[in-house]
Amino acid sequence: MIQAKKRRKAINTVLTYVMLVLIAIVCAGPFIWLLAASFRSGQNIYDISLIPQNPTLENYIGVWEFLSVPRYLLNTIIITVASIAMDVILSALCAYPLACMRFKGKNFILGVLLASMIIPAAAGMIINYLTISAMHLLNTLAGVVLVGSVKVFSIILLRQGYMGVPKDLIEAARIDGAGELRIWWQIMLPGIMPTVSTVIIFDFISRWNEFLWPIIVLQDPAKYPLAAALQYLNGSFNYKFGYIAAGAIISVIPVIVVFILCQKNYIEAVSGAVKG
Amino acid sequence: MKMPTSTAAVSGKKRRPMRLQTRQTLLAYLFMAPALILLVVFVFAPILGSLPLMFFDYSVLGTTKFVGLKNFVTAFHDRNFQAAIVNTILFVVVVPVIQILSIMLAVLVNRKLRGITVFRTLYYIPVVTSMVAISIMWGFLFDPSGLINSLLKKWGLISSSLGFLTDSRTAMLCIMFITVWQGLGYYMMMYLAGLQSIPQEIVEAAYVDGATPAKAFWHIKLPMLKPYIWFCSLNSVISAVGVFDAVFVLTQGGPDTATMVIAYYSYYKAFNSFEFGYAATIGFVQALITGVISIVVFLYGRKGEEGGLA
Repeated sequence: MIQAKKRRKAINTVLTYVMLVLIAIVCAGPFIWLLAASFRSGQNIYDISLIPQNPTLENYIGVWEFLSVPRYLLNTIIITVASIAMDVILSALCAYPLACMRFKGKNFILGVLLASMIIPAAAGMIINYLTISAMHLLNTLAGVVLVGSVKVFSIILLRQGYMGVPKDLIEAARIDGAGELRIWWQIMLPGIMPTVSTVIIFDFISRWNEFLWPIIVLQDPAKYPLAAALQYLNGSFNYKFGYIAAGAIISVIPVIVVFILCQKNYIEAVSGAVKG
Repeated sequence: MKMPTSTAAVSGKKRRPMRLQTRQTLLAYLFMAPALILLVVFVFAPILGSLPLMFFDYSVLGTTKFVGLKNFVTAFHDRNFQAAIVNTILFVVVVPVIQILSIMLAVLVNRKLRGITVFRTLYYIPVVTSMVAISIMWGFLFDPSGLINSLLKKWGLISSSLGFLTDSRTAMLCIMFITVWQGLGYYMMMYLAGLQSIPQEIVEAAYVDGATPAKAFWHIKLPMLKPYIWFCSLNSVISAVGVFDAVFVLTQGGPDTATMVIAYYSYYKAFNSFEFGYAATIGFVQALITGVISIVVFLYGRKGEEGGLA
């Protein structure tokens, strides 16, 4: 009786693993196939076998040298770093009074911020284009960075971070006569570093993958970030499947690495959104 | 500079509390000003500014003139627009599919098994990956000479290649498939958080009372997941009505109008033919559809909750 139960449990576990592996193949298989394709030479790019017969780096060398991947990478890094810096500093400043001060209009501002989160960013794209155009920032990386440089989601996250810092710390500093800016910089900001790192990860992933707004703002493809360039190259170099595969792998790897390293932080913030 | 002023404020606290209040308010707004200005200019104003745009024939080069409801009349007779509306509403079918599959997936990974976190991570990777790369990847896989056709031929299921993305009967299904494939991990993590928030004692009590795992899931876990189901469905509806990326990269609305969806059509009108007024009108219709379906989901969710209580 006990043995039968044990056996049933073992079978159950094995079946679960079979399911898990099958789903993993569906989720990760395409990436592995793409990775394999990126090492294949021109002719047999659509080969079924997962392990390339004569693995070659020619696609990577080609895409790196002829399709100026280094320039696209540099553009991506400039856009990503500038956006992260702006979002972290400005959102952290903005979230501080929303968490730790009492002032008129606080609930109104919080309400507007929360309400705006359900409206997709695409809704404002036309007016944003006109604004950036009026600021003479079309075809500049600044025009790409400026739109979406402060994220409501970051403000909400950072506010929750501040609320976790012990209130007596602020009170003590206020009694000592420290100015609010100093309290913010010396006490609060160091106190919410875990939240700041979550914001950085979110911004990194969303900016690294962003392609539509850069395509709209930048007329010169030489200024494109990697994701936008990939879309552009996919349209114009359709015959070089190997190059596109290599380019796609180059664009995807940084995000996957960062995600795997920081997943705990990231997933907690994502699933915390329901309770918030 | 800062220190003496704030000391003065603290010492003046008892005599003039109103002044302190005003000072705090002023300071708070100083802290928030840079972020709020950027949000007003690039988030709030654009959303409100799109509304009047609907009544204009906005032209980048020529003159902009008020045209009243002309854009709506044009939309009414526009074959592409009609296709976009129908396709977008049909596309919302992916919402229940994603939700049911991801709840099942969450139940599967909500076990204490060796290596389970590795599987969770693997399932989540499509969520963080760029939609351009994902779309291009699936474009390769769906290609007439791509992996899927090769496998189907090898197994003898088909004799000649299928043009998944070039056949108007299957193109939309492919876009739906990519959307489901990419979104599953996200909702799985949400439902996993939901399942883990259920107090263990309640579930165990049910088992003691002789409930089977299926019954425990159906009568205890699922009702307690309600807030998560509601939140996820709403999110899913908003992104389904706004489906764009895969269409933009792979089909551009084609073949013919088979994958023409409203978000893509609005983008196309705005940035390919620069008809900003008309594009804003289409965008407004998108917001309207999102709103209506969201309200339906919301009301249905609330009704379900009341039913659960009764």
